[in-house]
Amino acid sequence: MINLKIDNKKIEVPDGSTVLDAARAANVYIPTLCDDPLLEPFGACRMCIVEIEGHRGLPTSCSTPATEGMEVKTYSSTIEVNRRTTMNLMLSDHPLDCQHCVANMKCDLQYVAGYVGVREQPYEGETRSYEKDRSNPFYVRDLDKCILCGKCVRACDELQGRQAISFGYRGFETKITTPFDLPMWDSTCESCGRCVDVCPTAALYDKSAEKNGLAMEETRTTCPYCGVGCGLIIETRNDKIVGVRGDRENSVNEGHTCVKGRYGWEYVQHEDRVKKPRVRRYLLEGGSKPKSARESEDNPLWDWVETSWEEALNITAESLHQIKKEHGSDSIGFMTSAKCLNEENYLMNKLARQVVGTNSIDHCARL
Amino acid sequence: MSNYTAIREWADEKTADKTRIIVGLGTCGIAAGGNKILEAVEKTLANNDDIKAEVVSVGCIGICYKEPLLDIEIPGQPRLSYGSVTAKDTREIIQNIFLDSKYEHKKTLATINDEAFAEIPSWKEIPFFAPQERRVLRNCGFIDPEKIEDYIANDGYLGLSRALLDMTPAAVVEETLKAGLRGRGGAGFPAGRKWSIAADNINAYKEENPDSDSFGYIICNADEGDPGAFMNRSVLEGDPHSVIEGMTIAGYAIGASYGYIYCRAEYPLAIERLKLALDQAREKNLLGKNILGTEFSFDLKLKEGAGAFVCGEETALIASVEGLRGMPMPRPPYPAQAGLWEVPTIINNVETLNNIPVILAKGADSWAEKGTEKSKGTKTFALTGKVENTGLIEVELGMSLREVIYDIGGGIPDGKEFKAAQTGGPSGGCLPASMLDLTIDYEALAKAGSIMGSGGLVIMDESTCMVDVARYFLTFTQAESCGKCVPCRLGTKRMLEILTRITEGKGKIEDIALLEELAPSIRDSSLCGLGQSAPNPVLTTLRYFRDEYEAHILEGRCPAGQCKALITYTIDEVDCTGCTVCARACPVDAISGAKKELHIIDTDICTRCDTCRQVCNFDAVLVA
Ligand SMILES: Cc1cc2nc3c(=O)[nH]c(=O)nc-3n(C[C@H](O)[C@H](O)[C@H](O)COP(=O)(O)O)c2cc1C
Ligand code: SF4
Ligand code: SF4
Ligand code: SF4
Ligand code: SF4
Ligand code: SF4
Ligand code: FES
Repeated sequence: MINLKIDNKKIEVPDGSTVLDAARAANVYIPTLCDDPLLEPFGACRMCIVEIEGHRGLPTSCSTPATEGMEVKTYSSTIEVNRRTTMNLMLSDHPLDCQHCVANMKCDLQYVAGYVGVREQPYEGETRSYEKDRSNPFYVRDLDKCILCGKCVRACDELQGRQAISFGYRGFETKITTPFDLPMWDSTCESCGRCVDVCPTAALYDKSAEKNGLAMEETRTTCPYCGVGCGLIIETRNDKIVGVRGDRENSVNEGHTCVKGRYGWEYVQHEDRVKKPRVRRYLLEGGSKPKSARESEDNPLWDWVETSWEEALNITAESLHQIKKEHGSDSIGFMTSAKCLNEENYLMNKLARQVVGTNSIDHCARL
Repeated sequence: MSNYTAIREWADEKTADKTRIIVGLGTCGIAAGGNKILEAVEKTLANNDDIKAEVVSVGCIGICYKEPLLDIEIPGQPRLSYGSVTAKDTREIIQNIFLDSKYEHKKTLATINDEAFAEIPSWKEIPFFAPQERRVLRNCGFIDPEKIEDYIANDGYLGLSRALLDMTPAAVVEETLKAGLRGRGGAGFPAGRKWSIAADNINAYKEENPDSDSFGYIICNADEGDPGAFMNRSVLEGDPHSVIEGMTIAGYAIGASYGYIYCRAEYPLAIERLKLALDQAREKNLLGKNILGTEFSFDLKLKEGAGAFVCGEETALIASVEGLRGMPMPRPPYPAQAGLWEVPTIINNVETLNNIPVILAKGADSWAEKGTEKSKGTKTFALTGKVENTGLIEVELGMSLREVIYDIGGGIPDGKEFKAAQTGGPSGGCLPASMLDLTIDYEALAKAGSIMGSGGLVIMDESTCMVDVARYFLTFTQAESCGKCVPCRLGTKRMLEILTRITEGKGKIEDIALLEELAPSIRDSSLCGLGQSAPNPVLTTLRYFRDEYEAHILEGRCPAGQCKALITYTIDEVDCTGCTVCARACPVDAISGAKKELHIIDTDICTRCDTCRQVCNFDAVLVA
């Protein structure tokens, strides 16, 4: 453990902590724009500068390791003057249209600018202007709003292991880009959305956010797609999902998801979604099963009809019985799903082997 | 007989008593047409069977303004040097000397010796050479850089043999510390201190990771990205073995068994010669396994950089060697703690490493006799700009700027006034005439707001606009900023925009305050040395030439007559003879006037191209 002082507050932090970690542990706010506890320190935004007794200049707290006996000051006029200048510079090349922005009220840049207290723009000059990249079906890249914090680059590299994006060009022309500066959709991006998740501005945002205002409720849940069981946070508004993100508190995925978990949720509220069991009318109302495709065409007996779970399961059980009796156990096969829980798959296995008496059971993940 | 003595005897024998005809073929020599001279030498020899001489091409001797250079070395006589020679001169000089023993020629420069010879003065009498102290450049222009025997015969690898055969690694670190050699790459950090920290870290790393492939690295920084700087290039082209030897000694001292030379790809000749030198050193067992028969093994790899200024910064350089984008990382961890592939690494400049063999061969005390209390030794400079003699020079630290500019440099051409000296390239500052007596050492330069840097020295005269100079350097740093951190990426951009509008006559008086607010903040908030030093040209010009900024903004006037938007061309009523030359020369037909009558420039049409002033035979075109 390391003992140090942040603004004269004594605090003990584990080995390997940074000064920023220590400040957070001591409940002292230091503004940050390029730091993320899940990512390696980068030191790009220069917001988190502090003064440290015996150190020269203004070290960045996010990258400076905490050491025994350190005395850290998180505010002074020097810190504030330099931070304000840096923030003014950052905003001198940022479209200030917060009211129209998808990040409005959830934007880190907006918050930190508010903390710093920016009141005017002394450094007017050229601003960058790029075409929005809408090639990815799930998210938009709007480089005009990018502050080059590098979080997306690090998330894609360190968390997703994909390295689909990096810094390109130099000086004022520097931008986040794909290999050969191709559209996102032509890169190796897997649409996991992690870069969107960590972006502190609206430079990366979900397309779904264009249609919706702020989410008003959040629900923690588990992703229904596969057996990994990633923790998700479902963002809703008036009982409608407006967004999904990975749950950082969940030890299974620490906020990470694949494209399905993060973006494959529109089916939930799709009008075509089947929400109750259905059976063919002839099974419910009697009559014989059409014998060919041609016979089933425009045949009301072939329509799907909503029914209760009990009815549907009864029909299924009876039919299985019938088939088993007529053709033997091995004429029946079972297919289960990665979307089921382990317990459900276990029961399915029991059903196949013990109840029906066949070993023909398999799983979609084998395909 | 030790392995070194054997190699030395071999080299001495191979190089003894040779008659040599020497052509300067550094990049400067080649640019001045050195290859034509080499051809002429070979042709002359082919046509004169009785002349027996070895033809040798060497690196830059420093007197670039006299290239191409032709030197003749005959055993028992001082070496004679001829400058600005043509193919015809070459033929004459060789025939005169070898057939008629006639040494004088209209292109005679000096003897490259302390003695005069046959009425040819010693180079010690030539003002360009007299005040110089050649230690780093000891071999440049003297030895054939493509022959290891030339280097060895001139005490090459003697320092390495002393280190390996007579000293412990700790003693080598101690010797370097004692010499007081400071890093020549810019920041001036004591090399010995860097090595001793690295040696400790490498030992600790070894204990913690006994199975690692490597415990430490030494990297030679040969990125040399400052515009106008060519000191390191000259050493690599003219004396590549000195750097290899210095690195091997460093490897031994700190306990590294592997090193990299990071050289910019724009230095093809240096790269070619380094590759050759590496092969030769391996062949002579001066690199590789069990060097000179000792336990110590060490080898080097050459890594070509793609020529980004920021890749000279240590952490960016390491990223680049690793194959990543050259972008600086915050420190700590310092490279000496976790550098290349996370292993303790030291990075030294070409010139720092070039000094090491001398320290080991001659001893720290003898090496440290030159220089000042805190800045020991000598330093090379690329002397350029508005001086009579431009070139590569080497002076004892502590010499005054005045001596360098007026004695070595021969003063300002065309009778113009000195205005400023710029040291340290885009990271340095501009020093005014009142500072001409400033001594060249790390502390004095820093106190004046500039830096020693790696050796760029640009001289400016009265016709240089200092606002424009600041703008020029900011254009460079802005384009070379890696773009990672906000103060540098956007701060240099905004400063550049402000400077540009001042030079365009669109500046406001508040712009000076904006610059004064931005510059220190960029210096103090940037992540790496590039951003931290980028404001220096602005800060120093504001400090020493504030009146020029004010003249641009308040009076709409460029005192140096350089900023096109702020100058007007007029024709003097008295001096104009109405010769019509200017009117005919003007590319935009801005000049009107009948023959033998006063001509008039329409300032609305005039593009300030300066043509009319240059063609007028009566100095009647005025610029204000
Ligand atoms: C932007 C930037 C560019 C640099 N370029 C060079 C360079 O071209 N060559 C060099 O030796 N050092 C350069 N340096 C300094 C190096 O980072 C480093 O301090 C030096 O190589 C250390 O060697 P030394 O101690 O022998 O001087 C540069 C530093 C910065 C910040
Ligand atoms: S990204 Fe943030 S600061 Fe920028 S316009 Fe949107 S809300 Fe405002
Ligand atoms: S969506 Fe995922 S894979 Fe694609 S760029 Fe972002 S982090 Fe990388
Ligand atoms: S896109 Fe977002 S996360 Fe990526 S660098 Fe820009 S602001 Fe940062
Ligand atoms: S100071 Fe400039 S060059 Fe250095 S890290 Fe920052 S942006 Fe890159
Ligand atoms: S400066 Fe050029 S454009 Fe102007 S009058 Fe002279 S020649 Fe013509
Ligand atoms: S959070 Fe530390 S520099 Fe950005």
